[in-house]
Amino acid sequence: MTKQIIGKRIRRNEDPRLLTGQALFVDDVEIPGMLHAAFVRSDYAHARLLGIDVSAARKRPGVVAVFTAEDMGNDWQPGPPLVSPPPTAKDVVFHSRRQVPLVKDKVRHAGEAIAVVIAESRYIAEDAVEDVLVQLEPLEAVIDLEKGLQAGSPLVHDDLESNLAAHLRQKKGDYEAARDRADLVIKRRIVIERGAAAAMENRGVVAHWDEKSKSLTVWDTTQAPIPIRNGLATRLGLSENQVRVIAPFIGGGFGPKMMMFYPEEMLIPWVSMKLSRPIKWIEDRRENFYATTQERGQIHDAEIALSGDGRVLGLMDVFLHDTGAYDPYGLTIPLNTQCHLMGPYDIRNFTSDVSVVFTNKTLVTPVRGAGRAQGIFIIERLLDIAARELGIDLVEIRKRNLIPPDAFPYEHTIIDQAFAPLVLDSGNYWPVMEKAREMVGYAQFVKDEQPRLRAEGRCVGIGITPFIESTGVGPYEGARVTIQADGKIFVATGYGTQGQGHFTTFAQIVAEQLGATVSDVHIVTGDTAEFHWGTGTFASRGVVVAGNAIHAASSMVRQKVLRLAGKILETPEEELELAEGLVRLADMPQKSISLAELAVLANPLRGAVQPGTEPGLEATAYFGPQFGATAFGTHAMILEIDPETMMIDIKRYITVEDCGTVINPLILEGQIHGGVSMGIGNAYYEKLHFGENGQLLNASFADYLVPSSTEMPRIEVGHVETNAPFNELGAKGVGEAGAIPVPALFAQAIENAFYDRGLEILEMPLSPNRLFELLNEEKSQ
Amino acid sequence: MAKHSLFDLAVTVNGTRYERAVEPRTLLSDFLRHDLGLTGTHVGCEHGVCGACTVLLDGRPARSCLLFAVQVHGHEVATVEGLGTIENLHPIQEAFREAHGLQCGFCTPGILMTVVPFLEQNPDPSEREIREAISGNLCRCTGYQHVVDAVKLAAGKMRT
Repeated sequence: MTKQIIGKRIRRNEDPRLLTGQALFVDDVEIPGMLHAAFVRSDYAHARLLGIDVSAARKRPGVVAVFTAEDMGNDWQPGPPLVSPPPTAKDVVFHSRRQVPLVKDKVRHAGEAIAVVIAESRYIAEDAVEDVLVQLEPLEAVIDLEKGLQAGSPLVHDDLESNLAAHLRQKKGDYEAARDRADLVIKRRIVIERGAAAAMENRGVVAHWDEKSKSLTVWDTTQAPIPIRNGLATRLGLSENQVRVIAPFIGGGFGPKMMMFYPEEMLIPWVSMKLSRPIKWIEDRRENFYATTQERGQIHDAEIALSGDGRVLGLMDVFLHDTGAYDPYGLTIPLNTQCHLMGPYDIRNFTSDVSVVFTNKTLVTPVRGAGRAQGIFIIERLLDIAARELGIDLVEIRKRNLIPPDAFPYEHTIIDQAFAPLVLDSGNYWPVMEKAREMVGYAQFVKDEQPRLRAEGRCVGIGITPFIESTGVGPYEGARVTIQADGKIFVATGYGTQGQGHFTTFAQIVAEQLGATVSDVHIVTGDTAEFHWGTGTFASRGVVVAGNAIHAASSMVRQKVLRLAGKILETPEEELELAEGLVRLADMPQKSISLAELAVLANPLRGAVQPGTEPGLEATAYFGPQFGATAFGTHAMILEIDPETMMIDIKRYITVEDCGTVINPLILEGQIHGGVSMGIGNAYYEKLHFGENGQLLNASFADYLVPSSTEMPRIEVGHVETNAPFNELGAKGVGEAGAIPVPALFAQAIENAFYDRGLEILEMPLSPNRLFELLNEEKSQ
Repeated sequence: MAKHSLFDLAVTVNGTRYERAVEPRTLLSDFLRHDLGLTGTHVGCEHGVCGACTVLLDGRPARSCLLFAVQVHGHEVATVEGLGTIENLHPIQEAFREAHGLQCGFCTPGILMTVVPFLEQNPDPSEREIREAISGNLCRCTGYQHVVDAVKLAAGKMRT
């Protein structure tokens, strides 16, 4: 069937509310009698808690309560593990240490919460935070990953023998044998440091325990409202139907809002029940820098073995991964890194060994890209160095190693982030890379333009970097689709939304099946009272997993519509079509019945519903993919660097993406643009600077530089479509794709610009300062 | 409630005059959002960098998180709620919808309130000028490209 609505540039259903200031965000919730929370947080990264004196805070007028770990009694418990622990296997080590609601014995990162003050206003609550006297004995902090693993290092968790949180070794083929027969072996140490997700909306929770109805309503800036509801019910001793969690409009997620449970997420509902009052807590930006999860810190010792003609014989990578003070998110990120170390390449011999390290820093959980960007950075760096050593063009060396299109599904025989075999479902990589090469004008630039500009003394570079992204993983999502009596369609899904345009893309999927107008399809996401099965918004899985569930439910409703309409119109179902909110005869469109009339007829007030049928035009369906859908693409860039200031001017930026079936190209482009901007931040602006004592030295937007409109280039987006074979929509995820190859691309293009300086970039993020230092190090050597 | 000396504030917001007794330390952003219930103005950093809280003070863009409410006594403030309505969007809002100039929409009210006076002063801006005009508004979702397109589109709509 040719698609009518899927694939169209349709403006978004959600925009009018957002544009007029009428959309509800968590901080917009106001409830009579509501109290406000503020947290006492540790200035030290590592310290023993000797005592807390809250008496002055409790006496301050307007303060209602102050709670410490002690005050929580038996309700004080570490958070639940967020993902399943790795399977017990030989050589797999995993020590689960979860975040605590309030510090009881020892502070493990700067910004960890020690006490919560509840007051009549946020202003008073913050005043009272200053009244709390906390006695801390500072301890030496574990900041550096390597030192953290050395004997004699201070311990983040005193009950463990070392700061090793986890260890995992994955193997495919025989790397040592491959190295023995290689013509060239390249070995490098590559360091990637931490950045912040920096969603424009900070986190927040409003909890309202209603004593009379014995029900708890929570508005939460979470990407996972359903697991939050289930966890709250368990922890607070409530039945799941007593707890309603609403993730309303969310001001950007990017991963950290998928973390469960933040201490505040458990505490605020707990306090609401203790005090029988509505409680609001809204994180401020400084807290966001200290208490919201971060990502990317890894140190790699990577080695690649090649034949003389540039074919990769094998890859070995031993790396350290910084998990911060606790590890509730298990091995998701380092496994993603391992699964992307081979990128789009056909590599037969592979060994990867990861050690996850506890440090006295903020917790690490996925941030847009989630370990993938690091894997891609490693393999692409090694290939660039190999290309130079072997005198092979940087596009050519990649072309020689791409997985060929007839090799899919391609089994890597290592495990992925869900501990399932890593299978790349489908792909055709070269056409995408070729298209990017054509769009950027690679051949012409390298042959004519670059030499001409260089002759003028200008410092211009080009880069072209392919990548893959595992997307759309399980376990499942679900949706319920209902045609209402007014003919409009109501869809409820548990899948939360943080700006991705789901109110529109999901509506397009429904409208395609039911012949409705997109604006007549009303989506509710992230309200457990409307739909209470689902997991959360992560791993670029919205359209793939929730989208296919919605597609399945819509198809079931379509069948019901056709059956009923066929009966009423006395026409065989196959002669009917759905369009413009009507069911009509394909060859006699004047004979029709509206969806509204059918919905009323399907829900009669008298008479008998036929045995074996259900009332209404409604269906619920689920989709659980066996394995992910692997998207891929190539980015290309031409940049010019001012050799005095090291400021970068991006002359061209090209992306070519293959994410299978495109639902809405306008929204897709927006996702890619946003991903690239985060990638540019990761590559050249955004680095969290931790001091030697573990304090963050740039915890503000004045010091931590998120790209603004003047740093961002215009991005030219190209598409290629290879449909995903294992879901009906043929879709692959795209939410994170934009961010993944950017650091690798920057390194390549910058090296290319300084081709005569022997520059080798083995770290990310860079900055103008850091690039200046690197070039001067080269000079002094 | 704690006893603080309150200030009798009179201010016109979106054409409506409000009189409220406020604590002198109340931020304008909190006053608008929590005293007046105008929650369209968002707060992203409370240190004047992100621009999400931008409102118009006597027609000029201002960061409401860097002002005390008492500072606008006797002045005129305009917020996003004073632009168009859901049924009748302002041409700038319409352009943002058409060009997909917003994703999560959190920074959007601040961008709109920056763009309103910008297009009054510069009805036919170049891309460079647009990028400079919105460079004080951080957006984490869009990479700014569709925002720039939306401003260009809005300029066209408003010229005709």
